[in-house]
Amino acid sequence: MDDSITLKGIKEGLLVTVKPEGRWSDLSGRLVTLIDAQGSFFRGAQVTLSLGPRELRQNELANVRKQLDERGVILKAVLSDSTATLEAARKLELRTALHVTELAEEQSEALELRPPPIDPEEYGSPGVMVKRTLRNGRTIHSEGHVVVLGDVNAGAVIVAGGDIIVWGRLRGIVHAGAGGDESAVVCALHLAPTQLRIAGYITISPDDKQRKPRPEKALVRNGRIEAVAWE
Amino acid sequence: MGARVITITSGKGGVGKTTATANLAVALANLGKKVVCIDADIGLRNLDVVMGLENRIVYDLVDVVEGRCKLRQAMVKDKRVPDLYLLPAAQTRDKTAVSPQDMVALTSQLRGDYDYILIDSPAGIEWGFRNALAPADEVIIITNPEASAVRDADRIIGLVEAEGRKIPTSLVINRAKPDMIRRGDMLSVNDVLDILSTPLLGVIPDDEQIIVSSNRGNPLTLDNQKTPASEAIRDIARRITGAKVPIGELERKKGGLFRRLARLFRRSKA
Repeated sequence: MDDSITLKGIKEGLLVTVKPEGRWSDLSGRLVTLIDAQGSFFRGAQVTLSLGPRELRQNELANVRKQLDERGVILKAVLSDSTATLEAARKLELRTALHVTELAEEQSEALELRPPPIDPEEYGSPGVMVKRTLRNGRTIHSEGHVVVLGDVNAGAVIVAGGDIIVWGRLRGIVHAGAGGDESAVVCALHLAPTQLRIAGYITISPDDKQRKPRPEKALVRNGRIEAVAWE
Repeated sequence: MGARVITITSGKGGVGKTTATANLAVALANLGKKVVCIDADIGLRNLDVVMGLENRIVYDLVDVVEGRCKLRQAMVKDKRVPDLYLLPAAQTRDKTAVSPQDMVALTSQLRGDYDYILIDSPAGIEWGFRNALAPADEVIIITNPEASAVRDADRIIGLVEAEGRKIPTSLVINRAKPDMIRRGDMLSVNDVLDILSTPLLGVIPDDEQIIVSSNRGNPLTLDNQKTPASEAIRDIARRITGAKVPIGELERKKGGLFRRLARLFRRSKA
């Protein structure tokens, strides 16, 4: 099948993309034939013509607009990489841009006129919640995230596939992103772990006891684990 | 139910469990309570030595469990105080000679006739500790203001919590040295509480007299001797019976005063 002309529904109407290969007179003729063949489907449609790098003169654009007009189709805008074509379009008072980001989005979708259904549900990701202090000798292993409401004392171990959040003092050994996820983080109201690992990185707490405890977040940045203020 | 069964444990050895148990038992008996001490450290019994009852042992805990004698026959009465008994551990056996169920059965026989049953737990977290914990209504954790002892206490508290029976747990800090704490060379009471987040039952200051009295089998709380440690232990005993005895800064303030006086003297001499 000939794919030199593709049609797609977008918010602004119809996006008609004409491949840059081939002679314009052939292609514009084919577009007209296509519209004729579809008949009522195009009637009243607002068309955005996407032409790629092809250079068209003003009279060529005016011609195609006229032909569309005769078939009840309105040429609204022309998208092109060619400044000459854009210039020609502007002289005909055609728009030369959609919301570009939207276009990029739309292009990745199949021909679909309805907007996607809105799902109000936020699914989040699975994790484990521990509502007490984890003492020396206790361990938690989870493929998801781990949240502790309490302290994690020295000698306690948490290994999580995801993030580790401690609403309390963290003094034990923690390993976030244990499956290799370097985007995993470790957060604590007082971050003073015996040892902290994220994915394949490992670090220990700096030895400055004078520092006033503050909520901190440890993450991998520039190939090492850094602690930043957790806010 | 009657008696409250209180297990005294620490995880780490050598923090003063046995001495504290003996002194607390005597202090409680002196408050007019009926008290039994059970030495759960089978194979390494000590409580009888510290209490000075070693030479009066005929039967022991394992004899009772294995049916060689009646419970009453194995109990040694301390004649120096009104109502204090010791159920000694066996010296020739090991901890596996008794099961946690045995301990529960044994204490339930005693509950009706006494106010307090104190169980001196062995160090460690194995069989002997399990035996000591099984019948407990409450647990007293003894620790020293040292990182290693606190670490083990934390482990023990975690194990008690994991029992799932919600056993109330309280903390006694033993061998505190106010001077060292003030200099920042020893963990302070607050440092320890910070880590363990467990209710504080008392602080026993380091006291040479305790060693002397233990060697003689003459618990400090026996005579109305007033040493810093015996006072602290008596306070703890009162708190166990429900009396509101303020904890705390007491020892430290006293120390502070002494130190200030000492400094004064030194200055006047110079």
